[in-house]
Amino acid sequence: MTALLHQIFSGLATGGIYASVALALVLIYQATHLVNFAQGEMAMFATYIAWALVQAGLPYWPAFLLTLAIAFAGGVVIERVIIRPFDKAPVLASVCVFIGLLSIFNSLAGFIFTYTIKSFPSPFAEKAWYGTRFMSPHEVGEIAVTLAMLVLVYAFFRFTPLGLAMRAAAQNPVSSRLVGIRVGWMLALGWGLAAAAGAVAGMMAAPIVYLEPNMMGGILLYGFAGALLGGIDNPWGAVLGGFIVGVLENLAGGYVVGPDLKLTAALIIIVGVLVVRPSGLFGYRIVTRV
Amino acid sequence: MPALLEALGLKAYYGPIPVLHGVDLEVEAGGITALLGANGAGKTTLLRAICAMVRREGKIRFAERALEGLGTEDVVRLGIAHVPDGRGTFAHLTVEENLRLGAYTRADRPRVAQDFERVYGYFPRLRERRRQQAGTLSGGEQQMLAIARALMLAPKLLLLDEPSFGLAPLVVKDIFGILRAINRDERVSMLIVEQNATLALGLADRAYLLETGRAVMSGSAAAIRGDEAVRRSYLGY
Repeated sequence: MTALLHQIFSGLATGGIYASVALALVLIYQATHLVNFAQGEMAMFATYIAWALVQAGLPYWPAFLLTLAIAFAGGVVIERVIIRPFDKAPVLASVCVFIGLLSIFNSLAGFIFTYTIKSFPSPFAEKAWYGTRFMSPHEVGEIAVTLAMLVLVYAFFRFTPLGLAMRAAAQNPVSSRLVGIRVGWMLALGWGLAAAAGAVAGMMAAPIVYLEPNMMGGILLYGFAGALLGGIDNPWGAVLGGFIVGVLENLAGGYVVGPDLKLTAALIIIVGVLVVRPSGLFGYRIVTRV
Repeated sequence: MPALLEALGLKAYYGPIPVLHGVDLEVEAGGITALLGANGAGKTTLLRAICAMVRREGKIRFAERALEGLGTEDVVRLGIAHVPDGRGTFAHLTVEENLRLGAYTRADRPRVAQDFERVYGYFPRLRERRRQQAGTLSGGEQQMLAIARALMLAPKLLLLDEPSFGLAPLVVKDIFGILRAINRDERVSMLIVEQNATLALGLADRAYLLETGRAVMSGSAAAIRGDEAVRRSYLGY
């Protein structure tokens, strides 16, 4: 019983990381209906930036915030410079661009920071009052960071004029232009937010999986599975899906297929959702009157 | 009085295909101008060309400013509100959010709050349904929402694309009455595209007749209504 609880709770902890990745994917998917396959590598690269900042002597939290700002700006620039020219290109062209970005960031990280595995600090002490029998302080803290980010993103989209404009631009670009919204900039902002959300995932994952250029490969797949499971057009659903996938992955690894075949659980979830319920558990089914 | 909107030799294209072949048009400040014509004459395209939603050529001035080279967002920011065909409401957002988006470009917060009240005054139904998703409104309510959202811009010129389309006659009568009141009370100028020529000429003080991308006739609404050919082709009596 204790072992089972242990598996579930540590599943929730990794699930928090998948949830952040899922949220990043949803932020871009909502606006463009494309899945950014480079999301994981962008997050990995941001994590290297955080590592470099910490190495340069910055305390953890300032480095964390500075990394978010850099990732945000990077996301905006990538959208304006690299993605924008493929605005009206076929979907496959965009997919090629994403895969190109993925390999560029992967190689660039290896080139700049080498492929040697590095340890990455956790901001949460090894022993702290918020650690429990089933979860380490880092795991608890990481879930708290994920939830805090979710609340911030929600508040931004729900309560600010800019958030409303971004939702409008994602839904109906033509009408958005007619009320004066600069739709192109809204897409760039979406990329910036997604890059920042991904950076959170990377920085929370790195203390567990260690820092190396391929660290986000599996995590991106799990995050994608989580987003699909929860509903890729619904941020709440996607985050919840991320947590569910984390737990399922751990249980499957512990009791069903063993640790070596864990990743297949993610693929089974992806295929299963697409076959049984393509809109996901909490995907919107639009109600309209005709 | 100088015209509020003035187009000279306006051409518009869908891809390589020309749809407007050089239209001259004026909208008077404070007036209502109607665009009449059969399907495919280029009425909707003319409205889209004003808002830079299609590729266009020719001169076009609004309130003494050249619109050439401006994108849709910038044309809107000058005070031209477009109620597009199909209404273009944000179906997943609430009525209130739709209206807030209408005022997105405005910085004068207190005036925006007043305008909410004014717009709800014209369309009390929208106040009742302000928390409802726009997609769940009836056709007439959606048309009201589209007009209300355009008013939230505090526009100088309102472009209306077939506001009567697909609506019951009573609802149409309602909406046209409100449009008349808005024009009278707010001094908002209007350029209105309408299939129903009788309806349009009843509201407008000037009208243009478009045929295959050219303006073939223009004049006061009364003169156009009295024209033998127009009466036979478009008014049906």
